[in-house]
Amino acid sequence: MKHMRITTAHQSITFSRRMMLLGGAQVAVGGLLVGRMGWLAIAQNQKYQLLSESNRVQLIPVPPRRGWIIDRYGKPIAINKASFRVDLIPQQIVNGPQILARLQQLLDLAPDDMERITRELSQSRGFQPVSVADNVPYDRYAAITVRLPELPGIAASQGFTRFYPGGSTVGQLVGYVGPASAEEYERENKNPLLLIPGVKIGKEGLEKVLEPVLRGQPGGQRVEVTARGKIVKELDPKPDISGGTVQLTIDADLHEYAARRIGDQSASVVVIDVASGDILAMPSMPSFDPNNFSDGISQAEWKMLSSDDHLPLVDKTVESLYPSGSTIKPSMALALLNAGVDRKQIVNCTGAFRLGNHTFHCDRRHGPLDMDGAVVHSCDVYFYTMCLRIGAEKLAPMVRSMGFGEKFDLPFDHQRYGTIPDPEWMMRKYHRKWQGYDTVNMSIGQGMVLINPLQLGVMASRLATGKRVVPRLIKSKPVVPQAQLEVDQDHLDFIRKAMWGVVDHGTAAAAKFPIAVIQMAGKTGTAQTHNLSAGERGNYTSAVWKLRDHSLFMAFVPFDNPRYAAGTIVEHGGFGAAVAAPLVRDTLTFLYDKQKAIQALNAFEQSIGGTLEERLARKTAAWRAANGLPPLPPKQA
Amino acid sequence: MITSALIPKPLARLPWRLIFLVTGIATFGLVVLYSAAGGSMQPWALKQALVFFAFLAIAIAMSWMKESTIKAIAFPLYGITLVMLIGVEALGFVSKGAQRWLDLGPIKLQPSEFMKPAIVLTLARFYELVPAGEIRKWRAIWPALLLLGVPALLILIQPDLGTCIVVVLCGITVMFLAGLPWWFFATPAAGFAVAAPIAYRFMHGYQKQRINTFLNPDSDPLGAGYHIAQSKIAIGSGGIWGKGFLHGSQSHLDYLPEGHTDFVFATMAEEWGLVGGVILMLAFALVIRWGMQVSQNARTRFAQLAAAGLSATIFFYVAINLMMVMGLAPVVGVPLPLVSYGGSAVMTVMLCLGLLMALERQQRTVSRVI
Repeated sequence: MKHMRITTAHQSITFSRRMMLLGGAQVAVGGLLVGRMGWLAIAQNQKYQLLSESNRVQLIPVPPRRGWIIDRYGKPIAINKASFRVDLIPQQIVNGPQILARLQQLLDLAPDDMERITRELSQSRGFQPVSVADNVPYDRYAAITVRLPELPGIAASQGFTRFYPGGSTVGQLVGYVGPASAEEYERENKNPLLLIPGVKIGKEGLEKVLEPVLRGQPGGQRVEVTARGKIVKELDPKPDISGGTVQLTIDADLHEYAARRIGDQSASVVVIDVASGDILAMPSMPSFDPNNFSDGISQAEWKMLSSDDHLPLVDKTVESLYPSGSTIKPSMALALLNAGVDRKQIVNCTGAFRLGNHTFHCDRRHGPLDMDGAVVHSCDVYFYTMCLRIGAEKLAPMVRSMGFGEKFDLPFDHQRYGTIPDPEWMMRKYHRKWQGYDTVNMSIGQGMVLINPLQLGVMASRLATGKRVVPRLIKSKPVVPQAQLEVDQDHLDFIRKAMWGVVDHGTAAAAKFPIAVIQMAGKTGTAQTHNLSAGERGNYTSAVWKLRDHSLFMAFVPFDNPRYAAGTIVEHGGFGAAVAAPLVRDTLTFLYDKQKAIQALNAFEQSIGGTLEERLARKTAAWRAANGLPPLPPKQA
Repeated sequence: MITSALIPKPLARLPWRLIFLVTGIATFGLVVLYSAAGGSMQPWALKQALVFFAFLAIAIAMSWMKESTIKAIAFPLYGITLVMLIGVEALGFVSKGAQRWLDLGPIKLQPSEFMKPAIVLTLARFYELVPAGEIRKWRAIWPALLLLGVPALLILIQPDLGTCIVVVLCGITVMFLAGLPWWFFATPAAGFAVAAPIAYRFMHGYQKQRINTFLNPDSDPLGAGYHIAQSKIAIGSGGIWGKGFLHGSQSHLDYLPEGHTDFVFATMAEEWGLVGGVILMLAFALVIRWGMQVSQNARTRFAQLAAAGLSATIFFYVAINLMMVMGLAPVVGVPLPLVSYGGSAVMTVMLCLGLLMALERQQRTVSRVI
């Protein structure tokens, strides 16, 4: 075409042709648009309808009620109480200091609480509500709700608070609950449930370990919302599923009794039903009050708890390790019998035992003793002599089979299991040969021997039954079948008789069972923590508390047909028979005669200055005064 | 054209079919705006109705304009619009901010809107003046390029990518129909493929974002991809028959952004379904076909080119908007004429239709004279 002259006619043809092209292109675009719309509205209609619905309908999660923890008889250990609560949503706060001041005035918050709220506000993420007050009395709650419009960032709601009727006596057992931290929120893949004010998750103890059972399934209010989050109308709700109830093998009354009977000591008690291995009580005292923890505790309270040398933040039953002291002797005696030692053979105790150039002492001169006498009077020299003769290799397996150093499958996440040493272990751990003095130390439960109080209770159960009793805490878990221990029945009968002798006329004779028809068998223990001189050791009350010996006792009742076993370790309690034995005696008495046991407790509490609550209040007040803090306001009902 | 003795002659000679069609589209638009406001004439439908009928009256009045008059005002109109565009730019420079509007007290003028019909008329006039033999020469190309390029650039830097694209496409359509050689269109198309990545680097952040989002809408469903995603949900969930008048959840619960302006089609489709969408598209197709017929029946080269260009303006408006709301084109901010709330688009389309009606009347008058 290039060489041709273009005329008006040509131009007209070009125009018509190009108009057709343009028209065609327009029709094509139109077709494309109709096709696309058909694709969206017909082929993909379902997908987009679903997306449109998920836009329109939102679920406001309704937190499930947390499951209860109950004792073996159905008595509540951890339950929920209806309550009013006030929270702060950091993102929505406009004038922080002013809001806080107003809140303090409206809710009459203590300086401690203000300090906690300020701290949590500064640490929180914007979306994460900060609890201002839980369990708000109704009139205060109402005072807040009517002023909500002038208090941006404040959320007042009705909910449930965790309530532990046992207070501080169950602190170490159940742990506590609290709002989820930022890390916990991340760990659960940003579960929106954790952001709801008032939703608490288990932080410690059973509350933490049993969290999957206790939490339940959140329900929700289905609502139609705008893109900006404004609720247009409410649709039918999706019900929530409450958390499951967990029944423990614990006897709540016995547990609380034992906890109170501990008094001001730093101690723990374990009581086991020997037939099933059920743990009936396992208090560790002093403890914290989990009711206070669920709101978040103040810095002052935390400081008081963590600086206490009686370790209220440690569950001593499974977390603390102690030398077993003489409580190891019945098991040692069984090992000696097993190894062929004649129980009638006499060892003369001169009060001291020389090995190489070192002298080991006995607590007194026992004179000539056979095995029965050595257990009943807890003679160390007898066991030094006999155990050296037999050797550690034959001792350790028997002691371990009785439960020392054993791991138990229990719902606690901080368990420590201790050690029963032997030559092979010594080489592995300390790269040195086992020496005679190691055997001597081990024979009386000192040196490398470390146990926890639960293991002490288990040992008492196994000695009582001759069976491999395995402790159990969750009622729904099957009872572990109890295998026979590899011990001669004759040996067992002998050792039980010896343990009966301990209480009847031996080291624990002062702690006889107060019920005529029931006799208790047991074994005392005194575990050295520091090398005190003989003089200091004799006078327990004068030595510095921290340096005193631990006081141990294990026992079972009734002696002739064992039903219950118990173990206790009283930190720095002094001579085992003096503190630990009466504690176990009273606790076990409670199982048979509550009246008598409670009388004993009342008398005991009288002697140490009032009930647990009274003493705790005094202690707190004294601590606050000593640390320059104002006294706490009286507790609201 | 209605022929009846009862109706006075000037009225009877109006293109009634077109007027009914356009009024029908606009009325449907008002119904959609009524629903978008949650079932209320306020704040959009009533105002839009007033604007529409005012501009319809202006368009009908314009239909009495002579072709010679239109020809005569083509260049001055272009010149004035260009000056206004520069004025907007200068004002924007002074106030150190983006500027699209010329605030003249009671009314705000958006000069870029006038540029759409103006560029069509100017190029039509220019190619009418170019002798047939010269059409493939460079002389027939560079002035047109300059006439189109300068305003396009001014609009682009406002920045108003949507209007710029419509202006450029209208201009190119007129140049294409004028008979410019094929290489002129093929080369830039190839060039565009090369230059696009470079142009991309000079774009504003939000423009870049829109293109990114268009190429991969799921990359950012809560951010910039939100518009397209929600629009597709609205159209897709409407199905064949729609959710029913006043029952569109996407628009009523504000999930669909700009549901009364650029994304009004999605609001409509959610409630009226595919059926409503196809009817609306058909109505627009008929309007555009009417315009294209005006062009085909035109006697003069100016009328041919102008009518085709003005129809193309309406076409590009509709096509780009619909492609945008259905996720076939990036979000460039082009409203759906006669339906979207806002006076500018109504004004532009009614100016185009007014000019088309004038050209159409001319044909009939001329034919009758002959």
